[in-house]
Amino acid sequence: MNLVHILFWFLSALTLFSALMVILSKNPVHSVLWLILVFFAISGHYVLLNAQFLAIVNLIVYAGAIMVLFLFVIMLLNLNKETEPKKNVWMKLAGTIAGGCFLISVTNVIYNAQTSSAELVNKTTLMGKGSIGLIENLGKTLFTDYVIPFEISSVLFLSAMVGAVIIGKKK
Amino acid sequence: MNIYLLAIDWWFIIEKLVLIALIVTLCLIIAMYETYGERKVAAFIQDRIGPNRAGPFGILQPLADGGKLFFKEEIIPLTSSKYLFVLGPTLAMITALLTSAVIPWGTSLEIGGRNVALQVADINIGVLYIFAVVSIGVYGIMIGAWSSNNKFSLLSGLRAASQMISYELAMGLALIAILMMSGSLQMSVIVNKQMSGALGGFGGWNIWYQPLGFLVFFTCALAECNRTPFDLPEAESELNFGYHQEYSSMKLGFYLFAEYINMFMSCILMATLFLGGYDIPFVNETTLAAHIGQNWVALLSFLSLLAKAFFLVFVFMWIRWTVPRFRFDQLMHLGWKKLIPLALANMVITAALILWMNS
Repeated sequence: MNLVHILFWFLSALTLFSALMVILSKNPVHSVLWLILVFFAISGHYVLLNAQFLAIVNLIVYAGAIMVLFLFVIMLLNLNKETEPKKNVWMKLAGTIAGGCFLISVTNVIYNAQTSSAELVNKTTLMGKGSIGLIENLGKTLFTDYVIPFEISSVLFLSAMVGAVIIGKKK
Repeated sequence: MNIYLLAIDWWFIIEKLVLIALIVTLCLIIAMYETYGERKVAAFIQDRIGPNRAGPFGILQPLADGGKLFFKEEIIPLTSSKYLFVLGPTLAMITALLTSAVIPWGTSLEIGGRNVALQVADINIGVLYIFAVVSIGVYGIMIGAWSSNNKFSLLSGLRAASQMISYELAMGLALIAILMMSGSLQMSVIVNKQMSGALGGFGGWNIWYQPLGFLVFFTCALAECNRTPFDLPEAESELNFGYHQEYSSMKLGFYLFAEYINMFMSCILMATLFLGGYDIPFVNETTLAAHIGQNWVALLSFLSLLAKAFFLVFVFMWIRWTVPRFRFDQLMHLGWKKLIPLALANMVITAALILWMNS
């Protein structure tokens, strides 16, 4: 067990624990803060896989920008026990079933991939090696092999931005 | 990023730990004397004498201030959420210090045959790392503001967050022009590129090629540090005291201190990105090293970086005691409608020029 293994187990435990705390916390602000910790732990995993660019962009975009907006909204809504509406029992049941179905299908996919797919049997992940995650290679791949999906997704973002401006504009 | 090295090379760990300890101490001491410098500069501009009681010329004033903060009663409001109330100033302090990890502080030292780089982590995403830390820095303020359970604090926290998010964008866009010129996100590469310029490096400084980028970056750095004229989160006349209103004792000290560390770090960053980093102007470092030894050059280059940063810190203070505060809508107007288009234009022109020169 070398340092990479120790870090892997530590980060995995941290991810799962924080993810559980997101749904177990009573206070929505605490949930958001735990979620930020989840993003940090996942970024740690990316660094272990030598995907440095992905790691840092995950932090900048999710932990640094989107979560700030989440925190913003929740702080302003002032959600607490008195103001939170009681949820319907049937809604809770439906949520549990839907989440359970998702869990089963994901577990199934991972299990099948491990046993059936010839590409993945007895293969381990590249840890701390591999250069595809570095910014230069990633940029080249994005702008040569995947240039059309990349541009289309940027148009999608632009349309979302225009939509937000139109909704927010005064009549 | 070299995780494998950590498991093997113990000298490497010791070297890095010593370096981290030194840099953190340096940041803390400089932040201490920035508070003294701020008061002296304010006094100079307002034609006063400034602090002169503690020690000769009042140079022990920061210690006296620190001692005062330590002996104040520590109050945690009953209606606050305790953990978050403590977490707020802690995070503010940690994120302020984290930036120092990727700054190259000088040319490498030579100790016992080992080449010791004066940089904690030379990662190939150095500039992005700084942006990540800066964007995390908002949490210290927001968490502290919210957990105080005080409307003024909350309002100030929201102001701080929206201001920092808005100005981060223009800052990033101004930086892209620099990245296109250097062709790398690695801090050491950016500095080396500037040092190879004409006049012993002086002609290669990015500020000569990117004056507009520097101006945008400087303005955004002022806003990121919550300095006047962008100190709306701490506008006393509107918000009593700002996001740290409920804080007392050393927790308040942490918030105030973090602000000064942030100021020092952003000045170091600007010196690194635009003013040639640790480059000594008009001097070729390699020929100098052949004459007086590598370690002396390392010291001189480190002092050169500090001198540039101190000059910028002085400009920050100069602006603070000269320019009045913006109104919040003016601040947003400047950020979104002036600085971002300027930075975008700068980026496009730089890109076009680089393409034209290379073709």
